[in-house]
This record gives sequence, structure tokens and C-alpha cells, in this order.
Amino acid sequence: MLTATSITKNDRTEFMTHALKAALLIGALALSACTNADRFDNPDAVNLNDQAGIGQTGLGAAGNPDSPEYFNQTIGDRVLFAVDQSTLSPQAQSVLAGQAQWLMTNSDYLAVIEGHADEQGTREYNLALGARRANAVRDYLVSQGVAANRIRTVSYGKERPLAVCSDESCYSQNRRAVTVISIGVTS
Amino acid sequence: MMIRFLTFLLAVLFATVAHAQDPLRLELTDGVIEPLPFALPGFHAETAGSEQVAGDITQVVAQDLMGTGLFRQIPRSAFISTPASFSDPVAFADWRAINAQALIRGAVAVTGGQVSVKFRVYDVFSGSEMGEGLQFTGTTDGWRRMAHKVADEVYSRITGEAGYFDSRVVFVAETGPKDNRAKRLAVMDYDGANVQYLTDSSTIVLAPRFSPNGDRVLYTSYESGFPRINVLDVSTVGRQQLTTQQGEMAFSPRFSRDGQQVIYSLANGGNTDIWRTDLRSGQHTRLTSAPSIETAPSFSPDGSQIVFESDRSGTQQLYIMSANGGEARRISFGEGRYGTPVWSPRGDLIAFTKQNAGRFHIGVMRTDGSQERLLTASFLDEGPTWAPNGRVIMFSRETQGAGGTSSLFSVDITGRNLQRVSTPAGASDPSWGPLQR
Repeated sequence: MLTATSITKNDRTEFMTHALKAALLIGALALSACTNADRFDNPDAVNLNDQAGIGQTGLGAAGNPDSPEYFNQTIGDRVLFAVDQSTLSPQAQSVLAGQAQWLMTNSDYLAVIEGHADEQGTREYNLALGARRANAVRDYLVSQGVAANRIRTVSYGKERPLAVCSDESCYSQNRRAVTVISIGVTS
Repeated sequence: MMIRFLTFLLAVLFATVAHAQDPLRLELTDGVIEPLPFALPGFHAETAGSEQVAGDITQVVAQDLMGTGLFRQIPRSAFISTPASFSDPVAFADWRAINAQALIRGAVAVTGGQVSVKFRVYDVFSGSEMGEGLQFTGTTDGWRRMAHKVADEVYSRITGEAGYFDSRVVFVAETGPKDNRAKRLAVMDYDGANVQYLTDSSTIVLAPRFSPNGDRVLYTSYESGFPRINVLDVSTVGRQQLTTQQGEMAFSPRFSRDGQQVIYSLANGGNTDIWRTDLRSGQHTRLTSAPSIETAPSFSPDGSQIVFESDRSGTQQLYIMSANGGEARRISFGEGRYGTPVWSPRGDLIAFTKQNAGRFHIGVMRTDGSQERLLTASFLDEGPTWAPNGRVIMFSRETQGAGGTSSLFSVDITGRNLQRVSTPAGASDPSWGPLQR
């Protein structure tokens, strides 16, 4: 239902892969959102566009491999973690290898790595856990050759969930480290 | 006529028995307590125009006492007589007849911008006054505080313990959806009245902590883009960043009892440890150094020890170490994970958050880890804070799902009397300040 609007808006045949990924993600979110809506009788509580954080960015520029859009969407700006863990899965390592490559090619960019946790856990512990996750990503990027002074880390603990339901379908998206890039001068 | 006589006879008989009793004292034990019935005739308005505030003060005194779950107010419709003035002699027999154990009488006078409240408390069955009458005077806008002070005195005289009604709570006021929640610091009376905002919602603020005398608040702020500890002066609402040891993130601060030291967590290289900063000398001391997460430190009341949480064993557990760091002893051994320990103001108990089998609990244990008692259970309870007298705990409770919101609750350390604390919107991370002077 809600998914149709988002996908139509962003659909570009040349980037079918991304659109497909987005559709899958949005679909998954829509499913979880529907589950919640049914369970809590509150269909208005979920705004898919806000929640997914995608569907807002035009996919056009993603064709340019030096664009931030390419970094965010094609390489992938985030990696996910298991419950309570900060270990990088092989899949996460391959995303981060791509990030490192991009950052070394595009040396004007700085990165802030945001570590996040799901809502299961106390506020303080989750802040510390988010710091561990952000740091695991930073260490990996540095090991791949990115200069350490181009990277900062910040933990948001459980303060900024991406998906808002209270089950694993949302928790797994929230246990994340996001590499946010911006043009800047190294300190 | 006959019935009247019999009633009289019974009353005399009862009174005689009562006279043989010990003076009125409500012992706060772990057993089931039958709420103590008290009579509270409306406080007399002694000046023209003071009727409203007299009525309001009487109501707040009643709410404070009833809110403890330890007292029961006898409805005025049951009263046999009502005193015509504050100085009228007490008709003890009339109060005994309706089984009022305690009688509270008061009067209010308003002159100019000043209000004064006087009261006396009586032990009805021994026919005597408990303590001496007291009078509080202040500006009219402080009438609620005066009501709380009256209730604190009554509570204290009947239970033998210090009160907690004339106290404030600093907390995080929350609005907006879960994935875009706006947070700002706010302070309020313990009962949710007089909410005042201390910061705007332009940045995330977390876990405020009152100083021991209530003049300052420590909290974590993302103002700089990164979590740092701020110190806020409550009276001027001026704030400044606390200079800590350098690190990626400083959070989870708490004052020492003398308000001169701050213990907190500092993350460096993704590893979180506990540090102490002396506010006078500016000296930073590292108290833990382990690759595990060490956070949520809280001083013992005498300042000699620190309780904190660590996942050095593989899961979050509670530990106690010297205030100078060094070896720590684990005190939590039950099933599940333990976090956010807070030392009680009396020093005998540790309040904590426990996570087990998909549920969260607020609980208390003795400082050696024995006598663990869970007081609450829900989808997400966390962050206990102690009432100044160590009898009541306030905490955050978040509801489940996409529309989940956070609010404040209080519970007696016996696990009784769970109550929602009224706040204008969402609320989390309460920190209960001291009894005000």
C-alpha cells in the first residue's frame, strides 16, 4: 500500500538493483509496520519515508562512483551487528572494504561513524556498546589504509532508532554503525 | 437515647484501652501495612481571601500523605464535629468514634504577598499532640512547598522517618515519535507540579543528575555533536561543559556527596572506563582500566566506595570498588543482566535495573548482593533514583512498539504502591533531588 508511492518516485531502470534493494527494505518495513499497526491499533504511528531514511534521496547521481550517493547506496553506508556484539561479519567487512576504497579515492571527505544499539538494554550500556561498534568500523577502515585523522566516532546508543517496532525485524536494523561522510578539513 | 449512651460508653471504653497503648507510630516494615486512617479537616482560612489557598494547601497535604500508600483519609462526611477555629480544643472522643488514628489541624493566613501556614498533629487515641505546632511563612506562589513541608512533618512524626515531599526531580522531557524524539531537561516538584524547562530540544540530552544540595545538575549533551558532560546551575539555568579527561565520549556522570567530585564514564578507542574528576583541582583520575564496558558509577553515601556496572564477566553485572579504583568485587549473581546501580541515601541498599527473559525490572539488593528483591516488571523499566529518605524509588518506563512512549513511575522499596508520576508529556531519566530547606 504505502510502498507503491515510494518506489514509483525513485524507480530508475538503470539502477534497478538499488531500487530492488530499496523495495525489499521498504517492503520489510511495511510488513513490520503493518504488524505493529494491527497489534497496537495505531496505523498512523509509522511514516515509512521517515522511517526508512531512503526514498528521499534521488538515485540519479549514484551513477557517479565519486558521489556521496554512490557511497551511501551502492557501496552502502552502514553495517549491522548481532545482539550485544561489535564483531564485524564477513558481509560487513566487504562493505567496509568498499568504504575504505572510496575514502582513499575521495580524500577530500571526512567520515563520522555513528554507532547505534537497539532498545533492549539500559541507556548507559547502549551508549558504550554504540561506541564499541563505531570503533570496530573505524579500526577496520584504518586497517584498510584510511588515515585515522579523517575519522571520528560518535555513539547514539538507543537514542536514534531507524525502525520503531519492538521486535527483531526492527532491532536488527537499529544495531548499526553508519559512516556519514562530508567534505571537510582534517583536524 | 439508649443508643447514644451506648456509643458514649463504648467510646470511653475504647479510649481507656487506647490510653494503655504506645504512642502512635507507624513502623515501615516489609510486612503488609494497613493504611493508617487520619482526619484532615479543611485548614481554616484566617484572613479574608485566603479560603482558596487554604483549600489548596489542605488538598496537597492530603495528596502527599495518600500518595505514600501508608495513610487513608477519612471522608469529611464521616466527621462528627468540625472545629470552628485552629485554637478550639480537640474533641478527641469525636475523632476516636470514627477511628481516626491521627488528626491534622491547620490554618492559613494571607497578608500581602505572604502566606503563613500553621498546623498541629494529634495522636487521637492517646489524646495528645505529636510534637509541637509549627508555622511556615513564605511568598504566596510558594504555597505548594509549604503544603509539602506540612506533609513532611506529619509523615515524619508518625513514621519516625524523614519525609520527601518538599523535593524536586530533574528529568528528561520527551516529545515526538520514537525515531525523532525531542528531549530537553526539565525540573519539577516530586509530584509533577511546577514543571520548568532547563534546556531547549535542539540537541539530545540524557540522564541528568542532581548535586547533593540540588544547586547543580550534571547531564550528557550532544551540543558539540559528540556526547559530553555539562554542568547546569539550577537557579541561573546557566550551563557549561565539564572539563573531563579527553576521550571520544564522556557520559553517565554523578556527583560525590560533597558535590566536589564527579565520577563518569569515558570512552576511548571504543573502550568505556570510569574516571573521577576533582572540581577544585581539576585533576582527572582513572578508576578502572579493563577492555570491558565499565559504566553507571554511583558513590556510597560516605564517599568511600563506588558501585558500577561492567560486562567483564561476559554480561552486565554489578561491582563495588574503592572510590580510588582498584580491585572490584561482584555483587550481582542472579539470572539475567544488571545495570544502572544507585546507592541508597541510607547506604544499606543498591537499586538497579535488571534485564531477564525479555523483561526489565527495577530492584534492590543489599550492598553484599544478598536479599535481592524485584519491585517492578515491564517491557522496559530502567534508571532508578532514590527519594531523599530512601523509602521510594522513581524510574522510567517505556511502552512497547512503534507508538512507545516513556513516563515516570514511583514505587515503594517494599514493591508496594506503584504509581505513575504526572508529567506534561513523555518523561525519562529522573533524578530525585534533596529535601529542600
